[in-house]
Amino acid sequence: MSVIQGRVLVEGSAAGAALTSTEPLSFWGGYDQFTGEVIDRRHPLSGADAVGTVLVLPASRGSSTTAAVLLEAIRRENAPAVIITRGTDRFLTLAAIVAHEMYDRTIGIVSVDADGFEQLLGAGQLEVTPDGQITRPD
Amino acid sequence: MTLHLSEQDRAFLDGKHGRAGRFAMSILVRMAEAQGATAMLDITGAHIDSTVYQGEATLEFAEHLAELGGQVTVPSSVNVSGVDPEGWREWAVPEDWAMKAYRQMQAYQSMGCTPTWTCAPYQTAMRPRFGQQIAWGESNAIAFANSVIGARTERYPDLMDICAAITGRVPALGLHLDENRRGELLMRLVDVPIEIQRDDTFCTVLGFLMGQIAQERIPVIEGVEILPTEDDLKMMGAGGASAGAVALFHIVGVTPEASTTATAFGGREPEETFDIDLATLQRARRELTTNDRDTVDMVALGSPHFSLAEFERLAPLLKGRRKHDNVEFLVTTSRMMRALAEQAGLLEPLREFGARITVDTCILTTPMLPESITQIMTNSAKYAYYSPGLLNARVAFGGIADCVETAVNGKVSRDERVWGAGA
Repeated sequence: MSVIQGRVLVEGSAAGAALTSTEPLSFWGGYDQFTGEVIDRRHPLSGADAVGTVLVLPASRGSSTTAAVLLEAIRRENAPAVIITRGTDRFLTLAAIVAHEMYDRTIGIVSVDADGFEQLLGAGQLEVTPDGQITRPD
Repeated sequence: MTLHLSEQDRAFLDGKHGRAGRFAMSILVRMAEAQGATAMLDITGAHIDSTVYQGEATLEFAEHLAELGGQVTVPSSVNVSGVDPEGWREWAVPEDWAMKAYRQMQAYQSMGCTPTWTCAPYQTAMRPRFGQQIAWGESNAIAFANSVIGARTERYPDLMDICAAITGRVPALGLHLDENRRGELLMRLVDVPIEIQRDDTFCTVLGFLMGQIAQERIPVIEGVEILPTEDDLKMMGAGGASAGAVALFHIVGVTPEASTTATAFGGREPEETFDIDLATLQRARRELTTNDRDTVDMVALGSPHFSLAEFERLAPLLKGRRKHDNVEFLVTTSRMMRALAEQAGLLEPLREFGARITVDTCILTTPMLPESITQIMTNSAKYAYYSPGLLNARVAFGGIADCVETAVNGKVSRDERVWGAGA
């Protein structure tokens, strides 16, 4: 078991299945807000159902529409429960902040440093507390 | 690290500039805190990408701001929308989608945005100037504004760009500040033949490769021996912003902050150096192609939006010819650029060829394509990158002349004399 302290960008918590990748993901063109599936066919997580998971990515990529796609996914409850990034990702953070301001509902966004990120790769399960403590049981 | 707010920022937060101003500033302040900013700074222009309809949330967000009385306080252009209000009925756009996407357009217009409806705002009168502080959305436009013009913008997410336009303020971070605009990695062209560099797909392929290599870092490209056109640079930025998250690139001797390699790096050493030879470019070019049969259902040009110069290049290639019956030939552009092309007499050859034009949007942002279109040919790295995921379509990549030949023959027809077979 390992425990990592992340930095909370938007407060949230989860305990359950994790999806991890070293590849950044553009949510626009890469995440289906109506189903929660990763649809970037060039991405290693292509085909994965990310609803309710702890999604670990280095960052989002490319399109500035990523924030809008994640906002819609949160609104439809098709978003991951928590997204952990290596450093601050403003696209994902913004979507969670706007969801909170508009719908009083959001997901957790937590950043970790490069070492912490390495320790999360390949995790099958992760637990994240509202204060940003991340536990990897395996 | 604490965030210092000006009196004006506080006035926005206190609601002294209306409810929309308070909503917008509270989002900006939360973002500034999350990103560790210590101050905010003024902007004098914005480009709003939040116009892209992505479902109920984007519409609710736009109408919420409009109902709160939101008005932009700086000149603000708008990106593509989710519908071509004139032409959507000719395509597969569901009526419900069209109506909602149109309402979203109306909401942004009611907030005082200028109805440019284009992903190439740098080719309109709203083009910023060197050194201007702006808040732009749309990844390709951000790359162009920073790199080719030397304006200063961060990569703004949708939803944040309009908050910046309403308040005229952004967190003082990243590419707004001179010290963060220096090159980080060097991409050195090595023995890349001049005829490759002169090919109209060279900059597109180089941009795609630049995105793969640089990801979110700032690349400096050395060894470009041609003088790229604005459209070449536009296609390059779009490639870099699709395959990666490139918001600023420097080309030594071409872009305004890179008169020399040393200037582009601000006197520092590159973190990494990559040698780019012909084989590297050929591999990148191959990766843009994902088609699984020879026939194509559609040729799509205009991502980013087609310019007048591109219409001038296309028209003579089409003149006196006719596309194959099984192929749609589509150009996506802005209504302004379409009007300019019409005045210049450039649209008649397109109509005779059987080409169609869609304005205000593109194939990636409105559900206009019927499901029967599964094989697309394009000269755009952005269409090539996103079509498989967004449209469930496979793509053949080629130059503009290849695209025309393909449309005439009904199957992928590429001139392989320059790049070699299979690239």
